Amino acid sequence: MSAVIDTPRPGQDRARFLQTNTATREPWLVRLVLLVLGVGFFAIFLLLPLITVFVEALRKGLDTYGWAIHDSDVLSSIGLTFLTVLFVVPLNVLFGLAAGWAIAKFEFRGKQILITLIDLPFSVSPVIAGLSYMLVFGARGWLGPWLIDHDLKVMFAVPGIVMATTFVTFPFVARELISLMQSQGREEEEAAVVLGASGLATFVRVTLPNIRWGLIYGVILCNARAMGEFGAVSVVSGHIRGETNTLPLEVEILYNEYNFAGAFAVASFLCVLALVTLLVKWWVERRVHSGDAS
Amino acid sequence: MSIRISSIHKQFGTFTALDSVTLDFPRGELVALLGPSGCGKTTLLRIIAGLETADSGEVFLDGREASNSSVRERQVGFVFQHYALFRHMTVFENVAFGLRMKPRAERPSDSDIRRRVHELLDLVQLDWLAERYPAQLSGGQRQRIALARALAVEPQVLLLDEPFGALDAKVRKELRRWLRRLHDDLHISSIFVTHDQEEALEVADRIVVMNHGKVEQQGTPEEVYSHPASPFVYHFLGSVNFFHGRVEGNALQVGDTDLGPNDSEELNAGDHFVACSRPHELELVPADSASAGLLVKVSRLFRFGALARLELDGQGEQAGQIYEAEVPLTSVDALALQEGSLVRIRAGALRVFPAAAPDEVLATNPVAPVSVAPGPGLASAVNA
Repeated sequence: MSAVIDTPRPGQDRARFLQTNTATREPWLVRLVLLVLGVGFFAIFLLLPLITVFVEALRKGLDTYGWAIHDSDVLSSIGLTFLTVLFVVPLNVLFGLAAGWAIAKFEFRGKQILITLIDLPFSVSPVIAGLSYMLVFGARGWLGPWLIDHDLKVMFAVPGIVMATTFVTFPFVARELISLMQSQGREEEEAAVVLGASGLATFVRVTLPNIRWGLIYGVILCNARAMGEFGAVSVVSGHIRGETNTLPLEVEILYNEYNFAGAFAVASFLCVLALVTLLVKWWVERRVHSGDAS
Repeated sequence: MSIRISSIHKQFGTFTALDSVTLDFPRGELVALLGPSGCGKTTLLRIIAGLETADSGEVFLDGREASNSSVRERQVGFVFQHYALFRHMTVFENVAFGLRMKPRAERPSDSDIRRRVHELLDLVQLDWLAERYPAQLSGGQRQRIALARALAVEPQVLLLDEPFGALDAKVRKELRRWLRRLHDDLHISSIFVTHDQEEALEVADRIVVMNHGKVEQQGTPEEVYSHPASPFVYHFLGSVNFFHGRVEGNALQVGDTDLGPNDSEELNAGDHFVACSRPHELELVPADSASAGLLVKVSRLFRFGALARLELDGQGEQAGQIYEAEVPLTSVDALALQEGSLVRIRAGALRVFPAAAPDEVLATNPVAPVSVAPGPGLASAVNA
């Protein structure tokens, strides 16, 4: 592994060294300004809104909070969100592994184009992603009539939501794996094949163990984004309450109905999911950076 | 296993890595593929292993055409330059990997695997590291483990790609002696790739010198060192002085100086040539000597023991040329040479090769060689 990963937290040790060394210490005014800017920014733009969500959610007491969460539409939106994640994450793991494997281990024409295209969902607005799916799979879209003839419902239904979310979250696993697999090269796989391992055995016993933490890291990011996706899903879901509303869509609807307690209650639930994800991410990062060999 | 490769050609885009290479590797020999980086030696090794496919040509393993057999069927052991140990497995598991990958019918029992792995770790003298991970080992230890891992499946041939390239000089030297002994004990056919001439000369039974995708020469270390077949081989195996000139009448003429009679059948009057001579083959004669010799100026003079090494600058038409001589200290003292003195050099032994016209000849410099004068059909450029 690279030197950065071998040494635990080189940045922190370095920072402490620079701080204690009079030759490299910044003047106190500079330190103060930077600190105030950094902490102030974090407090106003990140921490304050997060606290507000929880405060607003609990403003009318725990009873109202519980009632808001137990609403049947809300429960169905929670279910739909989890269902979506259940499809999206494995799909992206599959695509990510395939893309990472292809890009890192093989030479082919158009490789650079593929690497660039994988980032497309990051640069395209999710709303546009949703709209383009509409144009392809919607009732008046290219494949619309064919889908209707065969009684397949894609738009305004779960398949559409899964597809839109998959599109938006595609780069998370793929990018993580591509850079990791590229840095690891293909020598270990070649060694395994020379030693008589089949393709599958090489993948399971050599490739997968080497990328597992990167893979988990990608899955966590993908999962977080999949739960929170709004724009693309908003276009393709059709906002059918109790049927095609995911958690973020439900928050918007409740808010637009002036049901602030409900909206913030559901929002706080999403926030808790996000915080749990961050916690897991932090733990995985520590594993990755400690260069765990076992 | 005997290996035969026949008219192998390999192209990477516009770059020709191997240009119809034909070679024989008899059973049981330790052969070095020697050449500068980019000469195609590693590609050739990977083609033999099946990790790369040739554009055309055939590989015969024990007389059987192997171009279409998979890597797994070839029974080769491969040692990578950067070891390629499985980083998430212990040393023990690394060495056991090949045995565990055998088809169920041939797979040894767990206790047999354990015994075999420990035998191999004993062989590479690293049994005490069995439970460590590769990251916890030094470079030399990793390479020995990689060797043990390759030997575990009892390969018919061992292929080593710059096996000591990533190690420091001392460990390198130790390991190559050790490899030689191991080869003598195991009698396994081995081919190793190197760009280090000293390594090839010291370890190999036979050396194949490659340049620009072609075989320049092959033979025993003695043969290729003492009788280089081209200026490139001369230059690549040790220091050499190049003299560029033209055959006039029956004389090898360098500028105004007559280096001696032309006894090469390849050269006719009027042909350009490049003559090669090792530093220890040069003799010094007084500058005012009547007998011919190339006039040079001593630019540096080092004495070590009974020998002196001189750096000599060409004069007149040969200005800009640098020659290197290694002579007994007595002959330096007899001529009372100092830095700045003029002296004539004569070659005791000289090999002459046809060359391109002088204006196409690249600068030569035996002290810090950058490129070699190309003869017809001999491409140049050496990575010093």
